[in-house]
Amino acid sequence: MVVIDKDVERAARPVPPARRRRRRTPVTWVRGGGLSSLVFLLPLIVLFALFSWWPVLKSLVLSFQQTNFIGPAEWVGWNNFERVLADPLLGTAAWNTTWFTILAVVIGYPVPVIAAVFIAELRKARGFAAGLAYIPTIIPPVVSVLLWKTFYRPDESGVFNTILGWVGLGPYPWLQSPGAAMPSMVVQACWAGFGAATIIYLASLMSIQSELYEAAEVDGASIWRRIWHVTLPQMRGIMLIMLLLQLIGTFQVFTEPFIMTNGGPENRTVTILMLIYRYAFLASDYGKATALSLMLALALCLLSGIYLWATRKWSTT
Amino acid sequence: MSTSVDAAVDHAEDAAAGGSRRRRPKEPTFAGERSVLSTNDRRRPGVRIGLRVLVVVVVGGLLLISGGPLLWLFKSAVSTSQDIIREPFGLWPSGIQWQNLSDAWNLVHIGRALLNTVWIALGSWFFGLLVALTGGYALSVLRPKYGPIITGAVLATLFVPGVVSLVASYLIILDVPVVERNLINTFWAVWLPAAPSAFNVLLMKRVFDRLPRDLFEAAKVDGAGPYRIFWSIVLPMSKPIIGVISLLTIMAAWKEFLWPMLVLPDPTLQPLSVVLPRLEQTSEMSLLMASLFISVIIPVLLFLVFQRQFLRGAGQAGALKG
Repeated sequence: MVVIDKDVERAARPVPPARRRRRRTPVTWVRGGGLSSLVFLLPLIVLFALFSWWPVLKSLVLSFQQTNFIGPAEWVGWNNFERVLADPLLGTAAWNTTWFTILAVVIGYPVPVIAAVFIAELRKARGFAAGLAYIPTIIPPVVSVLLWKTFYRPDESGVFNTILGWVGLGPYPWLQSPGAAMPSMVVQACWAGFGAATIIYLASLMSIQSELYEAAEVDGASIWRRIWHVTLPQMRGIMLIMLLLQLIGTFQVFTEPFIMTNGGPENRTVTILMLIYRYAFLASDYGKATALSLMLALALCLLSGIYLWATRKWSTT
Repeated sequence: MSTSVDAAVDHAEDAAAGGSRRRRPKEPTFAGERSVLSTNDRRRPGVRIGLRVLVVVVVGGLLLISGGPLLWLFKSAVSTSQDIIREPFGLWPSGIQWQNLSDAWNLVHIGRALLNTVWIALGSWFFGLLVALTGGYALSVLRPKYGPIITGAVLATLFVPGVVSLVASYLIILDVPVVERNLINTFWAVWLPAAPSAFNVLLMKRVFDRLPRDLFEAAKVDGAGPYRIFWSIVLPMSKPIIGVISLLTIMAAWKEFLWPMLVLPDPTLQPLSVVLPRLEQTSEMSLLMASLFISVIIPVLLFLVFQRQFLRGAGQAGALKG
């Protein structure tokens, strides 16, 4: 019993300097709780090492190698990167991905902010509205994409074409038209994503101190001025971070174009991640695929860096 | 020894039960003292009318936008293919087709895919929670000397975009180092890579950091070892956060598409998300709609039952990001 006592005591408290000078042996390590700490950390260390840390290092190595799984891997220098840059589809994919991101920001970014500010003003219906807003987030992405794909059916009796038919418009080809395919896809992605963002904004709105509003009201600020000068500045920190997270997420878009259009029509919806998928899992060219992955990751790091630098004045954290 | 540990555990359980749930009446999920509008504003006639309109617009709009597609899916799941294609807004012109659901279950094996999804979600939940709980406990309470290094390495993975490790992880699954096994077409290939979530570990660590350390001291005085403290004090005290992380991991596993498609080429092992796109290519509309319905019904029911936990979890996720 006494021994256990000491174990626990040492495990939790920093060891006083006088004791630290004592010779460290495996026995003192075990008695000091070192073994049990390690036992508790084992699942974390093993799984992070295998599936989180090691894959990152392995990608770095793979991108400079060529493997065919028969002989040993060959070092090829920058060759993989050069082959990626020589791919005529790369420019198209990069532009498509950027276009998707721009549209997603324009269409999808303001909606949750506005929705959250409005929902916050409701009293009885607030919980109900928040629950409703979250429903699209509950639906698995594949289900949501397939459902919207049926909505976008190009013939006259497609769901959207029927609705537009009531006011005498259409039918439109939606996903089969080179120009409209990407915006159609973005609308679906925004629908699927707006609930989660709304809830996050709502949680941050609810933590705004009421003194700020009271002070503004005493000073005679109108309702809109209160929203503009109190609510939005208080949400600024979370809004900036959400925008960055959205950018990082949309640059890695895959499921929507893969299921909805598989890159068509006329390659107008091929994204970077779809190229990576094609290189790796259709052509088994793992070197080329990891090279492109790293290039995308580097671009994202640069983007984040520039973003954080450019917004440092407005950031609250 | 036992009396005092038990007392400590009692205390812990009290804290976990949290006054809010057992003693006080239910608090709404998003309760704030006030928002932009004050009680005074709400008395003004203009504002009152405006608010009425706002309620109708917001709730009506959300019903249409969020609920509409889902209701349409429920309707189409029990319609004939003809009806879905010819009259998307007709209410069962050819009668309600309940056999769509049983056909989807039997003919295209949606039942099997559903079972695979459940199995994948449960395994991912178990391993995800195992890593987050034990790791969070060791880093927050036991604090070995090398702890900060591990915390740093876990934190660093948050800044690496997921795309970097996709191909390399796949190659690791083909030939797992040390044990030298190929995990393709086994559920381990989905369970294990999903487990190391930096987000969950850090969230758990943050919650454990806030537990009162006096409690651990008291338990230690009574001779409780690190395992007993973990099992009898830390776990019961963190029930709410365990619930939140459970929901998040189960939902994430349910939604996963690309990774299970890569590592489970065997159709008998594939989850719903992988089976459905193939179904869209090969089977008729009514069966697809019935299958989509079967795929959403469990998440939707879970959400209806645990709505508060879902919304709190989503809000908490935001708090950690911020």
